[in-house]
Amino acid sequence: MLSLRVSLTATALACLIGLPLGALLAVARFRGRNALLVLVNALMGLPPVVVGLLVYLHLSRSGPLGFLGLLYTPTAMIVAQTILITPIVVALSRQVLDDLHAEYAEQFRSLCLGRGQAVFALIWDGRYSLMTVGLAGFGRAVAEVGAVIVVGGNIDHLTRVMTTAIALETSKGDLPLALGLGLILMTLALAVNAMVHGLRVTAVRYAHA
Amino acid sequence: MKRAVAFWALTLALGTIGSAYGQGASILVQSTTSTANSGLYDHLLPEFEREEGIRVDVVAVGTGQAIRNARNCDGDVLLVHAKDQEVAFVADGMGVERFDLMYNDFVLVGPVSDPAGISGMADAQEALKRVAEAEKPFASRGDASGTHSAEMALWADAGVNPMAASGAWYRETGSGMGATLNTAVGMEAYALTDRATWVSFANKADFEILVEGDEDLVNQYGVILVNPRRCPSVDAAAGQAFVDWLLSEDGQSVIAEFRVDGQQLFFPNAQD
Repeated sequence: MLSLRVSLTATALACLIGLPLGALLAVARFRGRNALLVLVNALMGLPPVVVGLLVYLHLSRSGPLGFLGLLYTPTAMIVAQTILITPIVVALSRQVLDDLHAEYAEQFRSLCLGRGQAVFALIWDGRYSLMTVGLAGFGRAVAEVGAVIVVGGNIDHLTRVMTTAIALETSKGDLPLALGLGLILMTLALAVNAMVHGLRVTAVRYAHA
Repeated sequence: MKRAVAFWALTLALGTIGSAYGQGASILVQSTTSTANSGLYDHLLPEFEREEGIRVDVVAVGTGQAIRNARNCDGDVLLVHAKDQEVAFVADGMGVERFDLMYNDFVLVGPVSDPAGISGMADAQEALKRVAEAEKPFASRGDASGTHSAEMALWADAGVNPMAASGAWYRETGSGMGATLNTAVGMEAYALTDRATWVSFANKADFEILVEGDEDLVNQYGVILVNPRRCPSVDAAAGQAFVDWLLSEDGQSVIAEFRVDGQQLFFPNAQD
């Protein structure tokens, strides 16, 4: 299922990039930090179609990265969605870890932890809350149509995902089919969320056993 | 910095996996939406792929956007329906040569109640003039597509400037044909559409064709190979094979065979 492959990969990449950045923002204190936080929070509202256009302009054959030949591939869709949801992961994880850091700051200082170690410790301790952060990113990625339709092109059997198929059926006037596909997509999202929830419950139980 | 490098390395790795997908030759067609939404490609492409062993991927957007994408070299073949723009595309050196491929016609659709009373009129411009005088809602694509260009030409012939009523009775959706038809049905507005999209459109409600048959409503499709001299990424051999096949007796008869609800939607005319 291409929808899941693209959006889960994008979520994984966004977490890989976003969680350390979020933790670093939670730990670090520097000039302009507040302005940066406002900026990151604002970027959560990035319009998907604008991200799509920016990625299109870079990956287009006449763009700077055109030689890679990535436009209209699943990779281009993953790149666009990663850019779209990384700010969400950074901003939300920063908030979660900021609160956690307030509790632990004293302890970190007494243990003489370096900034890198503190970042790692925070992410590890906040891992259950951060799962929800990941899910928020995944939800945004799997539901958006604006970015993937521009960089993917909605090519049958190649880059057509659930949301672009829904847009296509809507434009054909086949509203029942469009709605049916929507239900399938929501079921998939539900399944992913249930799996993550199950994982969390099992992990917590194991941790306390 | 390290992170950025790692990110791009990962992207590149994924890209290599992505491009390893397509075995054998494949080409990308930048296309208008009507040929895709009506199901023509689903009928046409398997036939070509079987005969020539070349896979064809289609990006279906409005004619205006398809041409823009092709100008950026993002495609091997252009299949659209706005002759002036196509001729300009070739004249600018972006295309090798333009060929007539097939035609059908535009129709004016609207609610059965027909508040402007245009049903059965033979003259499309007169019908539009009447809609404007009655100030009844008209849904326009408003997106520089082929259908939108044709509509604007009809308004100009009719001596009406609909843009003066933009937001009042003249409503530009700025979206594709299907989306515009959905909107028109939703607000009981007249609309100009190509017949192929209309016949295969499933959400007609109480809408029907009100004006058809005017020779000014002919809708000509053209096909162009993107110039490999301007765009080195173009697979000229495979792209040319596709164009040649479309224009051949074989391709033309496959186009003529295509039916929706027993109705022929595209009339090949490459060999006229």
